[in-house]
Amino acid sequence: MRSISPAGGAVLGLTLALPLALTACGGDGGTGGGKGAALDGRGPITFVTGKDRSGYLQEQVDGWNSGHPDEKVRIIELPDEPNDQRQQMIQNATTKSDAYAVLNLDVVWTAEFAANRWLAPLPKDRVDLAEMLPATIATGQYRGRLYAVPSTSDAGILYYRKDLLDGAGVSAPPKTWAEMWAACDKVKKTPAGKGVDCYFTEVNKTESITISAVEAIASSGGSVLGPDGRPSLTTPQAAKGLEFLVNARKDGRMPKAAVTLDTEGGRRYFQSGKLLFQRQWPYQYAMADQKDGSSKVAGRFAVAPLPGPDGPGVANLGGHNLAISQFAANKASSLDFIRYLTGEPSQRANLLATSQAPTLAALYDDPAMVAKFPYLPVLKTAIAGAKPRPVVVRYGDVTAAIQGSVYDAVTGRTPIDQALSGLQGKLGPLTAP
Amino acid sequence: MLLSPTLLVLGLVIGYPVLAGFRESLFTKGQGLDADGFVVEGERFVGLDNYTAIFSGERADAFWNAFSNTTLFTVTTVLLETVLGVGMALIMNQAFRGRALVRASILVPWAIPTAISGLLWRWIFQADGAANALLRQQILWTADGFPARLAVIIAEVWKTSPFIGLLVLAGLQMIPREVHEAAQVDGAGPVQRFCRITLPLVRPALLVAVLFRMLDVLRMFDLPAVLIGVNQRSVETLTMISWFEASNLRYGSAAAYATVLFVYIALIAYLFVKLLGADIIGAARQRTRRPRAVRGKRTGKAAA
Repeated sequence: MRSISPAGGAVLGLTLALPLALTACGGDGGTGGGKGAALDGRGPITFVTGKDRSGYLQEQVDGWNSGHPDEKVRIIELPDEPNDQRQQMIQNATTKSDAYAVLNLDVVWTAEFAANRWLAPLPKDRVDLAEMLPATIATGQYRGRLYAVPSTSDAGILYYRKDLLDGAGVSAPPKTWAEMWAACDKVKKTPAGKGVDCYFTEVNKTESITISAVEAIASSGGSVLGPDGRPSLTTPQAAKGLEFLVNARKDGRMPKAAVTLDTEGGRRYFQSGKLLFQRQWPYQYAMADQKDGSSKVAGRFAVAPLPGPDGPGVANLGGHNLAISQFAANKASSLDFIRYLTGEPSQRANLLATSQAPTLAALYDDPAMVAKFPYLPVLKTAIAGAKPRPVVVRYGDVTAAIQGSVYDAVTGRTPIDQALSGLQGKLGPLTAP
Repeated sequence: MLLSPTLLVLGLVIGYPVLAGFRESLFTKGQGLDADGFVVEGERFVGLDNYTAIFSGERADAFWNAFSNTTLFTVTTVLLETVLGVGMALIMNQAFRGRALVRASILVPWAIPTAISGLLWRWIFQADGAANALLRQQILWTADGFPARLAVIIAEVWKTSPFIGLLVLAGLQMIPREVHEAAQVDGAGPVQRFCRITLPLVRPALLVAVLFRMLDVLRMFDLPAVLIGVNQRSVETLTMISWFEASNLRYGSAAAYATVLFVYIALIAYLFVKLLGADIIGAARQRTRRPRAVRGKRTGKAAA
C-alpha cells in the first residue's frame, strides 16, 4: 500500500481538482435571470445551436457582427444529437447561467422550456410574424404566449419514382393510400418494377416512429391529444391511422427490414433505386438528385403531398425556433439578433446555402427559389396543412410511450386496439393538467 | 495516520457523491403544473417514494426487464469472455514467430473506444450488412427484439475478451517454467498440465479480471445505446433507465435507480470476494514464491 500511495494520491488529487477547475471556469454565470417582461440589456451575446453541418452559419453571424461591433455574437455549437443539445441547454438553465443567450430549439421543446420558465416571453408586437406560415408560429407558442420565433421549418412529403409510375401508365402521384397501393401493384407488373419495394416511412423505435404515427393518425382525422390536451387514442380515426402503418408492414408494402432503418438509412434506400414511394423530409431532394453517381434515382423522381385515407394526408411539422434564455444578460441584443436571423434576407440566403426550409411564406412562391428548389410549392402545401407533434411539457416521456406502443403494434407484438388503449392509459398521467 | 490523506480523498471523491446521490433520491421536484401552465418550483422531500415507485405498477415491469437484461448480459458476456480470454492468453503466451503481431492484433478491440465499436457493429449488423450476408439470413439485429440482445453480447464479448486475455497473460508469465517442466517429466499431458498447474496458478489473476469485468458490465450503457439505441426494451439496462429518468428531469427518481444499481453491484462484488476472494488471498499466501508487491496490490483492489 505504501508503495502505490504517492502515485495513487496524485491521480486522485487530479481527479478531485478537475471538477473544481471546471466549476471555477463556469462560475461567471448566474448573474443574469432578469424578471422577464422587459427585454433589455445590450452587449455581446451567444448563439447556441446544434452542430452546423453546412458551415454557413458563421458567415451569417459575421454579417451581423460587422454591423454590430458592440453586440457581437459568438456561436456555441452543441453536439449533433438533438437530445444532447436539449440536455446541455437544460443544464445551463438549471444553473441559471447567462452563458447561453439565443437558443436554437427543436419545435417540440417549446412547451417544456417555457413551462419551466427557462425562456423569456417575447412581445408579439416586436416580432414580424405576419409574413410567416401560421403552422410554424404555433410551434413557438405555449398557452397562448410567444416564446420562440420560427427560423426554419420542415414537413414530411411523398417522394415517388416518376419514371416507374410513367412506365406503368400512372399519370399522377397518388392522393390516397388506396391509390398508392394500386399504383404499386401496377408498377410491380412492369419489367422495370421488378424487385422494387412499394413504400417506406420510418418505423424504427426512435422519434421517427412518433412522427410516422402522428402523421398517419392525423391523416385519418384523429389526433394523439385532443383539444383539451388529454389523450384521444381510443377513437376509430386513431385506429385507422395506426392500421395503415401496421398493415403496410404486414402486407409486405414495407419491407420487414424497415424497422431497422433511420432517416439516413431511408435516404440510401431510396437512392439505391429499390423503392417506389417514400415519406421523407425535404433535405433528401438535393442529395437524391446528385448527378455524380451517388444516387441512382437522380432526375427520375418527384415529390407530392402525403396521401391519406380519403384524400391528401396531414404531414408533421419539424424545424427549429429561436428563443431567448431567461437568464441571458443582453436580451435586447438577443431579440435584435433573432429578428436578423429570421428576417427575409437571412432566410433567403440560408435557404440558398443550406436548403433548409424557410418559415416566410413569400419565399415559397419566389420563382427564383422554386427554380432552384422544385419541391418548395409541395412543401408549402404540406406545411400549411401540417400538424405539430403533441404539445406537452413532458414531451420526452410522451414520445417514449408512443414509440413503445406503436412499435409493438407495427411489429405485430400487440393488436392495434390493445396498443392504442395501452397508450391511452400511459399518456393519461403524463398529460395531467 | 499515514492513511488519513488517502481516506480523505476517497471520502471526497467516492463517499460524498454516493451520499449526495442517495440524498437526491429522497426528493422530487418540478412535476406539477400551476394554473398558468408553469412548472411548480421547489424541491419536496418524499422519503422513499422514489424507491417504491420503481417497484410498483408499470415501472416495475420496466425495472425487472432492465434488471434481467443487465444480469443476462453480465452472466453471458463474462462467461464467454473468460473462456475466450484464457484462450487468447494461452496463445499470446506461446513462443512462436509473429507473436508480437498476434498479441497486438488481439488487443485491438480493447483499444477501440466503445462508442466507435458500437457504430462498427451496428454497421455489421444492419439488415443488409456483413453479418446477414455471412449467415445468408435476414435477421433484424438492430431492431428491438431478441436478436438485438445477441448483437450486444457478441459485440461486448469481442470488445472485452482481450482485457481478460491481458490480465491472464500477466498471470501466466508469473508461472515459473520449472513447474511445467517438472510436470512434463512426471508424465503429465497438456490437458492435465493446464488443469492442474496453469489454472490454479493463474486463478488469482483470473478472478481479479472477472471481478472487474462483472462490475463493468453491470453498469453497461454505451454499447447498447449506440448499437441498438435507448428506450429499446430488449437491451435496456439499469443505467439506461436511470439515464432516461435524468434526461426527463426526474433527478430524484434517476438517483433512486442509480442507488438500487449501486446496491446490486456492491452485493455482487461482496459475494464474489466473499466466496472466491478469501481464497485468492489464501492461495497467494501459500505460494511464497510470488512477489510481495503483486499480492499487496491485489488485496488493495479486492478491498476497493
